[in-house]
Amino acid sequence: MAWLGIVPFLLFAILFLLWPTAHLVIGAFESKDGSFTLANIANLTQPAIVNAYWLSIRISAASAFMGGLLGFALAYAAISGGLPRWIRPTLTTFSGVASNFAGVPLAFAFIATLGRTGLVTTLLVKWFDFNIYHTGFTILSFWGLTLTYLYFQIPLMVLILTPALDGLKKEWREAASILGASPMQYWLRVAIPVLWPSLLGAVLLLFANAFGAVATAYALTGSSLNIVPILLFAQIRGDVLHNPNLGYALALGMIVITALSNLAYIWLRAWSERWVK
Amino acid sequence: MRESRIGAWIAFGIGALYFILPLIATFEFSLRMKRGEYSFEAYRVVFADPRFQASFSYSVGQALATIIVGIALVVPTAYWVRLRAPQFRPIVEFITLLPLVIPAIVIVFGYLRIFNSSSLIPLTDTNLGTDALLMFGYVTLALPYMYRAVDTGLQAIDVRTLTESAESLGANAFTILTRVILPNIRPALLSGAFLTFAIVIGEFTFAALLNRPAFGPYLQLLGANRAYEPSALAIMAFLVTWACMGLMQLASRGLRLPATDTR
Repeated sequence: MAWLGIVPFLLFAILFLLWPTAHLVIGAFESKDGSFTLANIANLTQPAIVNAYWLSIRISAASAFMGGLLGFALAYAAISGGLPRWIRPTLTTFSGVASNFAGVPLAFAFIATLGRTGLVTTLLVKWFDFNIYHTGFTILSFWGLTLTYLYFQIPLMVLILTPALDGLKKEWREAASILGASPMQYWLRVAIPVLWPSLLGAVLLLFANAFGAVATAYALTGSSLNIVPILLFAQIRGDVLHNPNLGYALALGMIVITALSNLAYIWLRAWSERWVK
Repeated sequence: MRESRIGAWIAFGIGALYFILPLIATFEFSLRMKRGEYSFEAYRVVFADPRFQASFSYSVGQALATIIVGIALVVPTAYWVRLRAPQFRPIVEFITLLPLVIPAIVIVFGYLRIFNSSSLIPLTDTNLGTDALLMFGYVTLALPYMYRAVDTGLQAIDVRTLTESAESLGANAFTILTRVILPNIRPALLSGAFLTFAIVIGEFTFAALLNRPAFGPYLQLLGANRAYEPSALAIMAFLVTWACMGLMQLASRGLRLPATDTR
């Protein structure tokens, strides 16, 4: 009888999570008349779609790596950098806010900052006679989007990594230095080997986080930047691929990519928990 | 150690600059609506816009409904799993994590295929049905956070003893849940509720694709057509997120305290 109590939950999950997803996954392997086919998957290799995936992967990877690196530096500085005590709780609270400050308002904020008439753009011209738009930069580009994504990627990294950095025991550093290790040796031989599963796992999670994001990119660039979530958005609205089943395959591709990076994250986290207790 | 402290200050300084500059820029831009002077004109225009009021209250309503339905779904499940069905824990936890794995745009794509007018459950046929579908979608999006918050709350109290004492006093399952368990995990519920509110209030993808008059699509539309109002709205959205997170931290601060007040 124990299973009876979770029936409502299972019903909800099937109706609003599992069935809708399964419907798309199955549809990705069906032709228009409903028979089994791999043609939709094969059709994903057409240049427009491959380009969309490639641009999405590059933006997600760039924002994940940079977010990972900067988030790590920031978290490490706040936790063991010898900064005043108030910085750590401030950083944690701010990270909670900023990691949730994604979507349309974030796009507005970056247009006001680095758009053509943005504050930073105009101040750079005024003070240094340097126009970032003359370098080919626009907020609607690869770097513009990456820079915007970092606003929620860095804080997310800080939040994920804080427990792992807390687990880095002070005694290890002291022991290393007593045995004559330089700071470099401590990092390469002690800290990084303990931390790397957490670091890599967190970067993978950031990657999936950026890969599925729609609202920020859509509000920032409209449909001018060809990334997968935007292409899928247009496909749902108006069948721009002229093939509903190809749309399902596009969605399946997204699930596969985010699922793989999440699975790797979970596996790496389980791995790292053996060390960081 | 001296060098590492300088490095820490540099990291902190760059970080602070990157995070504060966009806020200053957005705020400054939002004040520039009247030529030649700083004013709160953009905010006044936004507040006076009936579509702002309508879409904002629509999203607040959605958020509150999401919180109530989410609690009604998650609390009995998490309670039951802890008390009677620990063997189902891996399955339930796995399902609650799925919304983090499957992108929101994919989930709503599935909704549009399954709940359209030619399907078994034609929810999108009526406005009310679509509203309900949107709300269930938001419950799904909030599931990972809500479940974890509630489960942490249940972990901190002695569920078994509380249940057995209530049972021996003659309470039925509904009374136990609403009068004993819920008050004891109030900090966890509040923290889950505020996070849910922050997620739902400006959500764009679900609302836009289900074509409902929510705050997120309104923001996007305004951004495409106006100059100064979007900045004012971005500042407001930031303040709402900040308020939610602040209240959440305040609420979860009580999580580690022993629950003594069970009124």
